[in-house]
Amino acid sequence: MASAFEYAPAPESRSVVDIAPSYGLFIDGEFSEAADGKVFKTVSPSTEEVLSEVAQAGTEDVDRAVKAARKAFEKWSALPGSERAKYLFRIARIIQERSRELAVLETLDNGKPIKETRDADLPLVAAHFFYYAGWADKLDHAGFGANPRPLGVAGQVIPWNFPLLMLAWKIAPALATGNTVVLKPAETTPLSALFFADICRQAGLPKGVVNILPGYGDTGAALVEHPDVNKVAFTGSTAVGKAIARQVAGTGKKVTLELGGKGANIVFDDAPIDQAVEGIVSGIFFNQGQVCCAGSRLLVQESIQDELLDSLKRRLSTLRLGDPLDKNTDIGAINSAEQLARITSLVEQGEAEGAERWSPACELPSSGYWFAPTLFTNVTQAHTIARDEIFGPVLSVLTFRTPDEAVAKANNSQYGLSAGIWTEKGSRILAVASKLRAGVIWSNTFNKFDPTSPFGGYKESGFGREGGRHGLEAYLAPSSPKGER
Amino acid sequence: MSTVDRNNERLSVFKTYKLYVGGKFPRSESGRVYEVTDSKGKWLANAPQSSRKDARDAVVAARKAFGGWSGATAYNRGQILYRIAEMLEGRKDQFVREVADAEGLSKSKAAAVVDAAIDRWVWYAGWTDKIAQVVGGGNPVAGPFFNLSTPEPTGVVTVLAPQESSFLGLVSVIAPVIATGNTVVVVASEKSPLPALSLGEVLATSDLPGGVVNVLSGRTAEIAAPLAAHQDVNAIDLAGADDVLAKELEIAAADNLKRVLRPQPVDYSETPGIERLTAFLETKTVWHPTGSLGASGSSY
Repeated sequence: MASAFEYAPAPESRSVVDIAPSYGLFIDGEFSEAADGKVFKTVSPSTEEVLSEVAQAGTEDVDRAVKAARKAFEKWSALPGSERAKYLFRIARIIQERSRELAVLETLDNGKPIKETRDADLPLVAAHFFYYAGWADKLDHAGFGANPRPLGVAGQVIPWNFPLLMLAWKIAPALATGNTVVLKPAETTPLSALFFADICRQAGLPKGVVNILPGYGDTGAALVEHPDVNKVAFTGSTAVGKAIARQVAGTGKKVTLELGGKGANIVFDDAPIDQAVEGIVSGIFFNQGQVCCAGSRLLVQESIQDELLDSLKRRLSTLRLGDPLDKNTDIGAINSAEQLARITSLVEQGEAEGAERWSPACELPSSGYWFAPTLFTNVTQAHTIARDEIFGPVLSVLTFRTPDEAVAKANNSQYGLSAGIWTEKGSRILAVASKLRAGVIWSNTFNKFDPTSPFGGYKESGFGREGGRHGLEAYLAPSSPKGER
Repeated sequence: MSTVDRNNERLSVFKTYKLYVGGKFPRSESGRVYEVTDSKGKWLANAPQSSRKDARDAVVAARKAFGGWSGATAYNRGQILYRIAEMLEGRKDQFVREVADAEGLSKSKAAAVVDAAIDRWVWYAGWTDKIAQVVGGGNPVAGPFFNLSTPEPTGVVTVLAPQESSFLGLVSVIAPVIATGNTVVVVASEKSPLPALSLGEVLATSDLPGGVVNVLSGRTAEIAAPLAAHQDVNAIDLAGADDVLAKELEIAAADNLKRVLRPQPVDYSETPGIERLTAFLETKTVWHPTGSLGASGSSY
């Protein structure tokens, strides 16, 4: 579609961030090399440029980090909550101060548009620390009995889609409740976690309270397995989540899992179409669809299918794909070559199974990992693209006739993380919301997050909640019925 | 004829103990029974020895009952839990006898246990319409949204009842599960299943819809294995499993990411906390935009 007004390039400057050629592991307040000297490279997904070389933690390093965290636990858990709170408030403030630097860094390392890191990720990261800081000295009032106790050392493994935000979701409640942490960032996005280590240093956080171990899946597995880890928190794929659940069986380690999703976004015939279209777009194209709670299954009431799809296609034609550092970019790069290959293969399978593929005219940059926004029509519930999580900018469109059918189709999934409901009828929103088996339900909106709002899934989307008062539970020992002290 | 007639004594009528599944009292599909003895080794009855098929049937019944039970009002569920206490109160003598036999307690100690079990139903009856207010609520998000978290039952829950506390322990692990709207397949204490099987008779006459509670007896490890691996079971309470079995079942439960409540030391005579209620709840958070009526200029 020819546009009357072309956009001039509006790139955010990279000069605000200074990326070192190499980074070590952050253990006991110091950066150090891996015991076996292993390193790996992290690249910018939009250009394939090598950003830095990062130490890769092995079993020995995991052991050293857990020891440091264990040692730090004694003092950290004994600190008055009000003092722990002040550390967390400091961290929140430093994140706010350095948010432009961190936003650019995250965009470079992850490939997502600067407008998302700047306007969504970073404000939420700071807000999470700010929110949980305030809980640190109020745990007696959180509803988990009197004098709730921390668990000990938390082993945390986070994904690459929201590197710094997932770090905040994990570290803020862990520290507020008096635990110490060893965190493994994803292998494709280790940098913001290492910058966070520097923020801990600036905040004067005691050594060993936070330890960062970049690495691959085997590093994560070694961390989960470590006998002196008391709590495991994982966000990532359902397959890995199941493996972790098996690993911790019989060990007594407390575990929370935030896993995959195949969110249904249900649009009724009386929905505000323009708002619904915006919600569908943010539901599946925000962060290139690399979001566990993405609204990847669009369920449209049959009578408005044509009208809605026309509007949606028109809207998709206005999305701008390209340089993630450009402030006008809507769709950035896919995080890695592996992820791009997975998306590509699932989309090919969708075509092979008979679904109809559509994308707006869209030029892809010649280097980097890119995938055009894509939607599939003629999709049935049996299709792979309607069942499996694609984790990319790919929307499957299904139809329904009655609210009961919409609910049945929405719930026809192994997952149960998120859902959307679009209708002007309040009673229908409440009826449908109550019947959907999903942990987060957005009505007449989508993909909204807040530190005060619990997030997490039903069924195979995992267990436990992050955020809000509920998020504290994952890091506290079960309360004694008598409130023993 | 017999000595019984001569002494004018009456021969008592034995009871055939049966499972309680889907509101009915079937024998085990396997046709198997096993000997149940009292604490001194005296024969008490032959209890059904449930099979894998019985376990599957119980899950089907529990799933079928889930919609109606979870959809019932909390007030209604509270009334029914209280009704269970009423029914038990009237049959106290039977349970005192069964608990005394099962656990080798004196009559007065067994009576105290049964009283405590009845009181536990009453305690949980009062929780049905309060737990949502205690663990749910509004979230003050930083934006123009109405945002509310509500607890919901997780679904079909398998419970391995405690092995030693055959009645109070049993009640303590099933009442919280159904109070919040889940349905349950419970595996009775292996050694002492009779109080659990008799409880089925009470539940059947307490307005509790069939299938909400399903009681199986037999070999705990044998019945638990297919239940822990069952794809249509949402959660498992391992109260009655030893460490070895618990680990095995926890691994099986990972297959569909069942919610697992691990075995832990519990004094069932103490008033429970809410952990057993919340262990089988999901938190659902609903967002909706708020309007901006009279954002400026309105006054009270």
